[in-house]
Amino acid sequence: MNVLNFIQSFFSDGSHWHGYDGIPQRVWEHLQYTAGALAIAAAVGLPIGLVTGHTGRGGNALAFVSAGARALPTFGLLVLMFVWLGLGIVPVMIPLVVLAVPPILITTYEAIRTLDPSPVDAARGMGMPEAKVLFQVEVPAALPLILSGLRSAAIQIVSTATIAAYVSLGGVGRYILDGLYQRNYEKVVGGAALTAILALLVLVLFWAIARVAVSPGVRRRRTV
Amino acid sequence: MNGFFDIPSDLQSSYLGLISTHMQEALVPVLVGLLLALPIGLLCVRVNWIYPPVLWITTVLYAIPSIAFFVVLIDYTGLSKTTVMIPLTLYSLVVLVPAVVDGVRSVPEETNAAAAAMGIGSLRRYLQVQLPIAVPAIMAGLRVATASSISLVSVGSLIGNQGALGNLLTTAMLYHRPLLAVNSVVTTAVLAVLVDAVLVLLRRVLTPWQPASGRKAARRTSTIAGAARTPESVS
Repeated sequence: MNVLNFIQSFFSDGSHWHGYDGIPQRVWEHLQYTAGALAIAAAVGLPIGLVTGHTGRGGNALAFVSAGARALPTFGLLVLMFVWLGLGIVPVMIPLVVLAVPPILITTYEAIRTLDPSPVDAARGMGMPEAKVLFQVEVPAALPLILSGLRSAAIQIVSTATIAAYVSLGGVGRYILDGLYQRNYEKVVGGAALTAILALLVLVLFWAIARVAVSPGVRRRRTV
Repeated sequence: MNGFFDIPSDLQSSYLGLISTHMQEALVPVLVGLLLALPIGLLCVRVNWIYPPVLWITTVLYAIPSIAFFVVLIDYTGLSKTTVMIPLTLYSLVVLVPAVVDGVRSVPEETNAAAAAMGIGSLRRYLQVQLPIAVPAIMAGLRVATASSISLVSVGSLIGNQGALGNLLTTAMLYHRPLLAVNSVVTTAVLAVLVDAVLVLLRRVLTPWQPASGRKAARRTSTIAGAARTPESVS
């Protein structure tokens, strides 16, 4: 009950809704960190995952790299980069990208590799060049799984971007950390609720993308 | 105070002490999470419509940042290891429940039918037939959950000295000694890699019927695990 009261009073406080420390500003910052990190991670993970999945080679190396990336502690990396590189967005981006690359990389690789081989062979047999086989046959068919990898990376980033506040940046993590130091639980719970809401919005966004982007044939097969 | 492994006295622990606290705070939650995920997974396999809502709940729990979770829990469990371990347990479920469900669903129908024909009851079938076959999928989930748990313990340092090796990070900021942060990151990463290696070994011991090193041979099984999400098996 307690927690719900905190949430209610946090969101109904008018002073939380405008200004430099207002909810719109903090949410906007949070979305910028999230979108930036996700874009970089996707730019790294998608091409490598697609190529290795298509050729079926390098799976062991991929598993090794992603296990290594998972082993790096996100919070530790954040503090280390901050101590080394100083104030700025780069020390925040590095740990978030390291966090997001393994799920994207592995899911994309597995999605392409575990496709039903018969349509792929058929495409090749019809004389499609390899690039076309990848982008017109394999990617559309594997899209639901590829999107699920991107989605879980995005949710991890949304939730983890809160620690950016520890190295003096913004985002909704500001409320959580400030609340912690001010012994103001209302702020902490409000920040946590905002993060959860943002994560839900990410889920909805990816659901919508899947509705639009996944070809009806693939979707129908999946929902039967 | 100049050696790499010398720990500032305000952490009230030695280097090895930090490591053992870290392992405890990281591994106990994953074990508890596994113990919770097995019955939850069984339920999800049995009662199909429960699975989507369970996935939603674990995903939303997962989206709550650990630091917020810790702070809210201080009210109930105080500044203790429990405060760090409860959220980590809940986080591990988001990986372990789907791993168990996908693993169990990947058990071939003939195998289930054979077990039923041999008169093996449903609980025994789950424990003695389905779970052993699901070991590779569950182990894959355990590896992800353990790595993320080991990484997340460090955040506990923000609520005051509860983050084991992560406490080195707050101290590094406080005294501006980057070397302490390096120590923390390197030690945590090495621990994660070692535990991961142990889990890989454990999987080989538990699934002696699978060839030790053949990713090609493993291809079939992991194909099945991946295909658990495709329609054929969702019947």
